[in-house]
Amino acid sequence: MADLLQFLMSGLTVGAVYALLALGFTIIFNASGVVNFAQGEFVMLGGMGTAFAIAAGLPVPLAALLAILGTAAVGVALNRLAIAPARGAPVVSLIIITIGAAIFLQGAAGLIFDKQIHRYPGFSGEAPLRLAGATLLPQSLWVMAGAALTFAALWLFFTRTLTGKAVLATANNPLAASLVGINTKAIMALSFGLSAAIGAVAGVLVTPITMTAYNTGVALALSGFAAAMLGGLGNPLGALAGGLLLGVLEAMTAGYVSSEYKDAVSFILIILVLALMPQGLLGRKSTDRV
Amino acid sequence: MLKVEGLRARYGRIEVLHGIDLEIASGEIVCVLGANGAGKTTLLRCLSGVQPIAAGTVTFRGEDLRPLPAHRRLARGLAQSPEGRQIFTNLTVEENLRLGAWLYADDRVQTDMDHAFTLFPVLKQKRTQAAGGLSGGQQQMLAIARALMGRPSCLLLDEPSMGLAPILVDQIFDVVRQMKALGVTVLLVEQNAFGALRIADRGYVLETGHVALSGPAAELIENPRIREAYLGL
Repeated sequence: MADLLQFLMSGLTVGAVYALLALGFTIIFNASGVVNFAQGEFVMLGGMGTAFAIAAGLPVPLAALLAILGTAAVGVALNRLAIAPARGAPVVSLIIITIGAAIFLQGAAGLIFDKQIHRYPGFSGEAPLRLAGATLLPQSLWVMAGAALTFAALWLFFTRTLTGKAVLATANNPLAASLVGINTKAIMALSFGLSAAIGAVAGVLVTPITMTAYNTGVALALSGFAAAMLGGLGNPLGALAGGLLLGVLEAMTAGYVSSEYKDAVSFILIILVLALMPQGLLGRKSTDRV
Repeated sequence: MLKVEGLRARYGRIEVLHGIDLEIASGEIVCVLGANGAGKTTLLRCLSGVQPIAAGTVTFRGEDLRPLPAHRRLARGLAQSPEGRQIFTNLTVEENLRLGAWLYADDRVQTDMDHAFTLFPVLKQKRTQAAGGLSGGQQQMLAIARALMGRPSCLLLDEPSMGLAPILVDQIFDVVRQMKALGVTVLLVEQNAFGALRIADRGYVLETGHVALSGPAAELIENPRIREAYLGL
């Protein structure tokens, strides 16, 4: 029982990170139809940026804020320099561009930062908390609370603000959006910036637990993509459900079977989801009224 | 108010508008008639900025529209209710209308919305429902109402009667007439030639990318060629 609780806790922690990754995938997918495989690099940049800013002597909150803003700027630049110029190209080409961008960001991070593994102390100390026989790092609570807050903020943004609705409207019908005066290019830039910032938040929160290095982005992107597919690509709630589920499944596999098979779980899951229910758990079937 | 001179447009290498001249004075209802493929929708797409102009000029209240991207033309007073309705199916009726007034954040937004609900009471009943669940006629009303939320001085209406039951067609044309009374200039593109000519001041007939005929609506409706080709009389 204590084992189960232990695995559940670590699964939810990793799952919260996957959920944030999947949310990033979802926002860019909704805005542009592109699956952005550079999403994992945003997590890496958030973690690396914070680690280097802290090493440079900045206080943690300021370092985290700088890393998030910097990563958001990278997201906007990615759209401006790589995606927007290729507008009108087939979606598959755009997806390949994002893979290229991911490789570029990884290389650039290796050059600009370094190729060492980095971490910084947890925000509320390192002493594990005991909970019914299981142990829990205080940083895990930060990760889960941070993810919950991010989802709540995004939900408010999309349901309560006119700008959020403009993003949804642009995703639904870009032609009509420009006819009501919405600058769809600006909305696209906003979506990329937002996605990058969400990825960076995940990186800032999780680095004290998982550590980070210039080349951690690819594996994160694949897991996040699996989570997004599992929940139903394009649906923020699906991102949350898919992320948590994938995290827990991985943790259970690592705990009860072997950690060697942990990664296999996400890839088997992608195959099963694509084969059996291409819409994902919460994805909606697309319908058009004629 | 709106002046089009020598307008040419092409899709790829195929030119579909071969030099259109057209003029609309403030307060007029002008209709553009023509068969499928005559270039009516392309003309409107050029005016609203979602289709590039290959040659010619478009001036709106004395300003050259060509350098303005689509999303900046509404602020100048030019709104379009596009072909195929193009409503935001994932948002509610009320949200669609609110986004129609995306450029504004003042008290008049609510007044305009109330006015839209007076024009189309059925939209008020369905205000919290997803727009994708509306019937075709209700979606058409929503598209027109959304365009009106943008406070246009000139409204471009693309086939508002397409696919609607006759009673709804009458209702929509009625609203167009009411808009004229409110001082909105209307460019109405229609295949329903009889209905359009009855409410319009003047009309243009497009044939394969040319203006084949133009004149006051009262004359066009008596023109033997039009009666034969478009009115089926």
